[in-house]
Amino acid sequence: MTTALPQTEYDPPKSSWWRRNQIGISPWLFLAPGILFFAFYVIFPIFQSFNVSFYDWDGLGDAEFVGVENYQELYWDDAFYTSLWNNLLWLVLYLLAIPGGLFIALFLNQTVTGIRLYKSLFFFPFVISQVVVGLVFTWFYDPTFGLLNSIIGTFGMGPINVLGDENYVTYGIILAGLWPQTAYCMILYLTGLNAVDPEQVEAARLDGAKGARMLWYVILPQLKPATFIAFVVTIIGALRSFDLISIMTNGGPFGESRVLSFYMFEVALSEYGFRMGYGAAIAVVLFLIMLIFIAYFLWSMYQEERTR
Amino acid sequence: MRSMLKASIAAFATTAILASSAFAAGHSEKLTGDLKIFLDTSNPAPRATFEGLIEDFQTMHPDLNIETTIIDREAYKTQIRNFLTANPPDVAAWYAGNRMLPYVEPGLFEDVSDLWDDELSTQLASTKSAMTLDGKQWGVPYSYYHWGIYYRKDIYEQYGLSEPKTWDEFKANCQTLLDNDIKCFTIGTKFLWTAAGWFDYLNLRTNGYEFHMALTNGEVEWTDDRVKQTFANWRELIDMGAFIDNHTSYSWQEALPFMVQGDAAAYLMGNFAVDPMQTAGLTDDELDFHQFPMIVEGIPMAEDAPTDTLHIPANAANKDNARAFLRYVTSADVQTEINGQLGQLPVNNQSSVNQDDKFVVEGFEMLNNASALAQFFDRDAPAEMAKAAMEGFQEFMVRPDNLDTILNRLERARQRIY
Repeated sequence: MTTALPQTEYDPPKSSWWRRNQIGISPWLFLAPGILFFAFYVIFPIFQSFNVSFYDWDGLGDAEFVGVENYQELYWDDAFYTSLWNNLLWLVLYLLAIPGGLFIALFLNQTVTGIRLYKSLFFFPFVISQVVVGLVFTWFYDPTFGLLNSIIGTFGMGPINVLGDENYVTYGIILAGLWPQTAYCMILYLTGLNAVDPEQVEAARLDGAKGARMLWYVILPQLKPATFIAFVVTIIGALRSFDLISIMTNGGPFGESRVLSFYMFEVALSEYGFRMGYGAAIAVVLFLIMLIFIAYFLWSMYQEERTR
Repeated sequence: MRSMLKASIAAFATTAILASSAFAAGHSEKLTGDLKIFLDTSNPAPRATFEGLIEDFQTMHPDLNIETTIIDREAYKTQIRNFLTANPPDVAAWYAGNRMLPYVEPGLFEDVSDLWDDELSTQLASTKSAMTLDGKQWGVPYSYYHWGIYYRKDIYEQYGLSEPKTWDEFKANCQTLLDNDIKCFTIGTKFLWTAAGWFDYLNLRTNGYEFHMALTNGEVEWTDDRVKQTFANWRELIDMGAFIDNHTSYSWQEALPFMVQGDAAAYLMGNFAVDPMQTAGLTDDELDFHQFPMIVEGIPMAEDAPTDTLHIPANAANKDNARAFLRYVTSADVQTEINGQLGQLPVNNQSSVNQDDKFVVEGFEMLNNASALAQFFDRDAPAEMAKAAMEGFQEFMVRPDNLDTILNRLERARQRIY
């Protein structure tokens, strides 16, 4: 006969698997929705797009594998090079928004009556839709009734058909895009200027720095984070310059104002386009261009973290 | 998978045919169930017309649950692909000719050859070929309209000009106008297709209908001398300065003010342009119409007459009701009524045209005497070819010296597409 002995061994408190791993798991749980959506709507389509670019597919019927034929055709396609060149123009000229925004911000960074009103007026173009910006500039450029030609007409210069001339059209659209983009950079710099250390400015002033030297050696270094963000959003803005082109010229005249994203849309999704494979090939090229910038941004952010 | 799909479509088709013949027996029977209609008639007049038409159909069949969606005309062209596959209605509007091909090929449109019995085929004979692909009919027409030259009668009279019958008269008229600082033609090529109207007519008059169809079907090289002749004729007008400046900046609507204000005297357009011009204030005394003149003697006069159509998606849920609706829309009385309101032409030859509308009367007569009817460049040629070619037309109108480059590019496109 045995009696139940009192338990003498140490019994750890009953703990579930969840309790044990809680700390390790919970960040992942919080991240899960984000990761899931990112994987499903961003990562997966990237690979899908690579895959589709090797097929001849109208989006409805059977897809036929054609290897690199789409890329071969891209290589011989004049319209592709026009779009690529325009994309580069956009990338370079759009960066003008950064110095533009900086100077407006410096100008507005003062305390006078009604400065809030002026600031909001300068910021206004970023608030209105890109479509409205496009329409306003289309009317502004109108060769017959537009304000631009009325103005230069008073100086005796002939009418310029900005949006109908293949030499000016891209510059005309970029200028329209710069209007809201400059406002955006301005707001970034305005917040940046609030964080500038007044003591450093004071010290520099005692040392006799002023004007351009003050700006270059004292103010700008402190604005570096703002400049970085302005650079990032401007590059992104330049690469997705789709809506302005669509509303202002529809890619014309004869395709001279297209950029890669617009060309992709035309080939794959527009009224006359049913070539998913070819569109995907363009998308892949655009992705590779973006990849350069993404890599650069990630790298510089990584550097930032390390030095901290 | 594919064969299964085909089999199920075939099964669908046979049941549909059986059902429709049963339906034909009891014609007066009231319809029940649902009917979902997607339309692209977003402009004011067409919208009102179709709303009235559907209301009448509803009164005939009070137990039928009709659901109508009207989508913006331009947006519809890109949306149709999506809704035909994902969420098909029972009736969808579209266009005739090769423009149907992208939906007929993957089996998204229902074969409605059964509707085209002997009676209907006679009544709609003029458009039967435009609705036929692979020997079957894929929809029914509800309206078509003529193209031609709309001109300012008062300006023509002021300078003693009359409606030109030949190419030389056409150019002489134009020269007179230009000497008086009036542009001969307004046009807005921002959306490209307006330039295709000019190409269609110049090519139809220079080389004839058969050649034009062979070209749009990809059977002729774009670098052919006959094509070059068409462009040479076009160039005569361009070199004269016949077209308004900066047309690449305008849509067809934005080009209208030039004509309304008298800066340009004429417009090559479809009959749908009459309504906005009348709204802008041009009276019947100021606005008139003439046929595009003859260029080469002996070539029969063919015309552009784009047809607007209704189709049944292959995956529609209520095909019997849809068939009844299509039958209703094609009947002579209904065609008379809706086209009177649309300001367009009925397809049914038992219908009558609105005698008070001089543009419709004149257009109807012109089309009845036409040797053949083309749809329109972007409906006769496959979509990709149309896009490439229309871009070329626009470039040619601005930079006529680039013609050889353009034609070589189009020829490369032709070899790839067909």
